[in-house]
Amino acid sequence: MRLTCPLCGPRDRREFYYYGAEDYLNRPDAGAPGSAWDDYLHNRDNPAGMTRDLWYHEQGCAQWLIVTRNTVTHAVTAVDLVAGRQGAAT
Amino acid sequence: MRIDGKGIIDRTRQARFRFDGRDYQGFKGDTLASALLANGVRLVGRSFKYHRPRGILTAGSEEPNALVEVIGKTNRTPNVRATVQEVFDGLETRSQNRMGSLKHDLLAVNDLFAPFLSAGFYYKTFMWPRAFWEKLYEPAIRRAAGLGSLSGRHDEGAYEKAWAHADLLVIGAGPAGLMAALVAARAGADVVLADENPVLGGRLIAEGGTLGGEPAAVWVAGVEAELRSLPNVRILTRTTVTGAYDDGTYGALERVGLHKPARPDLPRECFWRIVAPRAILAAGALERPIAFPMNDRPGIMMAGAVRSYLNRFGVAAGKRVTIFASTDSARATARDLVAAGVQVAAIIDPRPDASVVEEVPVHLGAEVIDTRGRHGLRSITVRKGAESFEIETDCLAMSGGWNPTLHLTSHMNVRPRWSEDLAAFVPVEGAVPGLFAAGAANGTMSTHGALTAGKAAAEAALSALGRVAGTVAVPAAEDAPYGHRAIWSVEGRGRAWLDFANDVTTKDIRQAAKESYASVEHMKRYTTQGMAPDQGKNSNVGALAVLADATGRGIPETGTTTFRPPYTPVSIAAMGAGGRGAGFAPQRFLTSDQASRDRGAPMIETGLWYRPGYFPKRGEATWKEACDREVAMVRQAVGVTDVSTLGKIDIQGKDAGRFLDFVYTNTFSTLPVGRVRYGLMLREDGMVLDDGTSARLGETHYLMTTTTAAAGLVMRHLDFVQQAFCADWDLRFISVTESWAQFAVAGPKARALLDSLLEMPIGDLPFMACAAARVGGVEARLFRISFSGEEGFEIAVPTRYGEALFRDLLARAETMGGGPYGMEALNVLRIEKGFITHAEIHGRITAFDIGMEKMVSAKKDCIGKAAAQRPGLWGPEREQLVGLKATGPISAGAHLFRPGFAVERENDQGYVTSVCWSPTLGAWLGQAFLKDGRARHGETIRLVDHLRDIDMACEVCDPVFFDPEGGRMRA
Amino acid sequence: MPELIAKGPFDGVEPLVMAGLTLAPVEDGPIWSIALLPGGAKAAAKALKPLGLAFPGPGGISEKAGLRLVWTGRDQAFLFGDLPAGLEGAAVVTDQSGGWAGVTLTGPGAARALGRLVAVDVRLAAFPVGGVVRTGLNHMSAVILRTGEDAFEIRVFRSMARTCWHELAEVLRHLGARAPLSA
Repeated sequence: MRLTCPLCGPRDRREFYYYGAEDYLNRPDAGAPGSAWDDYLHNRDNPAGMTRDLWYHEQGCAQWLIVTRNTVTHAVTAVDLVAGRQGAAT
Repeated sequence: MRIDGKGIIDRTRQARFRFDGRDYQGFKGDTLASALLANGVRLVGRSFKYHRPRGILTAGSEEPNALVEVIGKTNRTPNVRATVQEVFDGLETRSQNRMGSLKHDLLAVNDLFAPFLSAGFYYKTFMWPRAFWEKLYEPAIRRAAGLGSLSGRHDEGAYEKAWAHADLLVIGAGPAGLMAALVAARAGADVVLADENPVLGGRLIAEGGTLGGEPAAVWVAGVEAELRSLPNVRILTRTTVTGAYDDGTYGALERVGLHKPARPDLPRECFWRIVAPRAILAAGALERPIAFPMNDRPGIMMAGAVRSYLNRFGVAAGKRVTIFASTDSARATARDLVAAGVQVAAIIDPRPDASVVEEVPVHLGAEVIDTRGRHGLRSITVRKGAESFEIETDCLAMSGGWNPTLHLTSHMNVRPRWSEDLAAFVPVEGAVPGLFAAGAANGTMSTHGALTAGKAAAEAALSALGRVAGTVAVPAAEDAPYGHRAIWSVEGRGRAWLDFANDVTTKDIRQAAKESYASVEHMKRYTTQGMAPDQGKNSNVGALAVLADATGRGIPETGTTTFRPPYTPVSIAAMGAGGRGAGFAPQRFLTSDQASRDRGAPMIETGLWYRPGYFPKRGEATWKEACDREVAMVRQAVGVTDVSTLGKIDIQGKDAGRFLDFVYTNTFSTLPVGRVRYGLMLREDGMVLDDGTSARLGETHYLMTTTTAAAGLVMRHLDFVQQAFCADWDLRFISVTESWAQFAVAGPKARALLDSLLEMPIGDLPFMACAAARVGGVEARLFRISFSGEEGFEIAVPTRYGEALFRDLLARAETMGGGPYGMEALNVLRIEKGFITHAEIHGRITAFDIGMEKMVSAKKDCIGKAAAQRPGLWGPEREQLVGLKATGPISAGAHLFRPGFAVERENDQGYVTSVCWSPTLGAWLGQAFLKDGRARHGETIRLVDHLRDIDMACEVCDPVFFDPEGGRMRA
Repeated sequence: MPELIAKGPFDGVEPLVMAGLTLAPVEDGPIWSIALLPGGAKAAAKALKPLGLAFPGPGGISEKAGLRLVWTGRDQAFLFGDLPAGLEGAAVVTDQSGGWAGVTLTGPGAARALGRLVAVDVRLAAFPVGGVVRTGLNHMSAVILRTGEDAFEIRVFRSMARTCWHELAEVLRHLGARAPLSA
């Protein structure tokens, strides 16, 4: 498997650390109810198809990445910087 | 028998080798198989289950029978294909899977029991009586099972791993592959051409013939010379592409030194990872056997293999050959043999309408129904209509058709498609993105067809790569239609083998179907067909056809199993190349490493770091004596230890304090400049991630310390928090772990020691404070912190001065009754003080569990705060950190029980994480997590460790055993 | 007053010449990490301009008069040489001197030799002369500069100096033993 890091270019998957679903980016407010935190931390779909998850370019530029990929075909359609995403200033 | 004037081996270079203790002679370019055949050796192995005598079936890596052990000075490699292993001077080999000699294998008795050893035998037989399993069945099966044997010693051979990147990977250097490589290379594309043979050419070498009016070998040599002259081409011979993986990544195994006597540093094998956006699978086709009765005797071979031995190696596989084939290609084998002067007794062709025009007798509509010859073929029985007759022959060349070598195309779980025309499975385009099959691998069977397909595949690849192909002419070549008729099995009285390696016969498949194992996946597992080292390369399609027939379905409806990587076996040693000894993981060495070793300190691995365990002194018999002395030394005088392994993260910016407030449970934005604070870091799920001290070096400048174990983890975590939640904050951080050498100096005389070398005395630097300092003209940092409970400091200098400072500190300490202390003493000192490490904060521990819930600030949000407050993560049901005190040895990993209760899981009250003998307090001390532990101080608890045979009553107490007020640290 | 003698990660290590390749230690002077603060790019460019340097983009190196500015991450570069004034407020500067162990690998086929340990594409088109990659040298995080078609500078954490040397030396030994082979 290869991921194209927006900064470093195409790299073998062993340079990356896998974390989990993109949901981890949507942190509830401090006062949000427990159920919101459950959803944030634990409740996940297991889609056959398109999925967006978080990878860390550990042996490269140390950037966290949002990887859009298909769990059925293994096609990777987009790799974006977490720090550069909509709403997050850089 | 060698045929003069045939073959491409080098007859001027002899190679003496041994097989089963006998000396033989071959030539450079021979495989073990060709050399044995040339020497008239037909019996080379025993089959797996029935221990039937077996010979050489094929001339390639698909060989199921001729598996041998290669014995080197330091290596012994089982299951080596005699058809792949090249001979060299001094090669030592041995047959395997026998008890006694190869000719008189004692386990051949299994063959007599064959009627009982049919499909599912193990499942049915070894069920009862139950008591027999461990004592009788398993040992007996284990002794008899498995092929070959290992030496039991480490493999000391050299192995290599490598990466290659190319625009185009061409798999196979036969006509299609060579043509594809040539077209792509001339257009300037980066090409990797891999072939598992030592020579290029594939079938062009095995079949001979002409290309463009010249001998095929001449054309091959011309193409090879051109390819080798181009800088954009890399040719990997003796290299099998073994797997196709995601995004254009392929695995390949190169046999680097296996055809040479072993030499130091010469890799035996190299495991390649080849990355290419496009690949052309030009791996040719594999000929399939016919399952006729008693078709497994030595001397019964594939027709293509017989041709290959003749044309490539100049070896006649027999003196009087017969052909049993339903393909036109086998006729070419016959003609080549006749032309070379080898007698061909007869051609038996099951097709009623095939040509009879040959120089030898042809029997159309005929089949072989029996064979004779105990250790090698002597004769065959042919049935033609109602009559049957016997033919004397020592070599039967068979051919039931050709299967495209499409294995790589199903490595991503796409099943191949059945072609009625070819009576074979063919690749599905797009099965592996970027991989395109061409030539025989794609069902194009003629030489000219393969050349044309190879060219077209390269042109398509070039176009996809944005390159323009030049004009390359396809040479004139054999272009006959693929003449064949499928024949799978022949009815008769004897057993008819499908899977030679695993001894699976047509009867086994039919029996599986009868017992309802009618799905191909079930049949495979029930009969073990396709599960041998050849992974069904020779038998899969035949077995499917028999299964389809037995279940009254067609082959497409019956379906097929998919092939998985690797195409041929890959040694673990090659995949793990470089991973033994020092190559297992990076080794991180402290600047004090040599100084510690000079003092005889045994080094302990902590993560990747090597740290001194203790510093033995003359007269100390055990590590414990040294450890006790070092603990007392720190408590009474002064000790020095290297703490550079702790992670150090430099954090700067206007928002640095705000950031620390967010990642730590407690507040750092209010920390005065020049002060240090202990911080607790949680994961977002509320569990403790790490702890450590952070110092405020300036208004916008902090230095965070992490534990040794979690340094990388914390960096990753901080990167996530910053990039995900505060990318726009005025803040940057970077690890400075490697830039500073840092030493803890602890004990009542620590201040005096440091004052003797610092340019300015420590003065009134308070506990938990830091300051810039200078030592020997070098800028240093001084921290007043303590992990020992004594008055302690840590002094940091740029790494390049680390060794010098460490040696100087030790020399000074020793004049004061102090010296270095190691990890063992460090651990005792911290347990006496109730300080925790990752033995305690092991990932399932909350701030509440370690009594630090008050450190979670109520005034601000922080990572992990919300989750930490959820039910279940706090309260009396939680196991809480306590101290344990005992009069005898206790152990970490032990579990705790109430006295009087049975030692059962239901009664488990908690577990022990750290223990030590405390020379300071004269007792065994422990840290443990105990249910509602903080309310149970003073209780007696039973500590049980079944592994170490410990059963000890302990007193539950506060985890801080020594100087609970902390007066010594603050002195 | 102690006299502290500085020691580099490869003190006493002699270059290794094998298979036509040379593995040699690099002696680095000061190394500074320069990390742009949000909105600091302009001010940093202004401070770097008089030196003839520009803040490099991904994979880039800016070099002038003995100063070398090497991209090492998003909005981050390492400066090899003396630190210029004027970066305060625009970037965070952190001393990285002595924290890295450097070696050079030079000679015909250096790229293919490096391909034994490095998974990235080392062909010139993907990794041009004057470029830098952050990648793994086997299991070690590394900063690798291409200083010539057949010349690389490799830096790993100082504490891993011995492993770095061990692994590269093994590559050279294997290539040296392979050399007499025709293939």
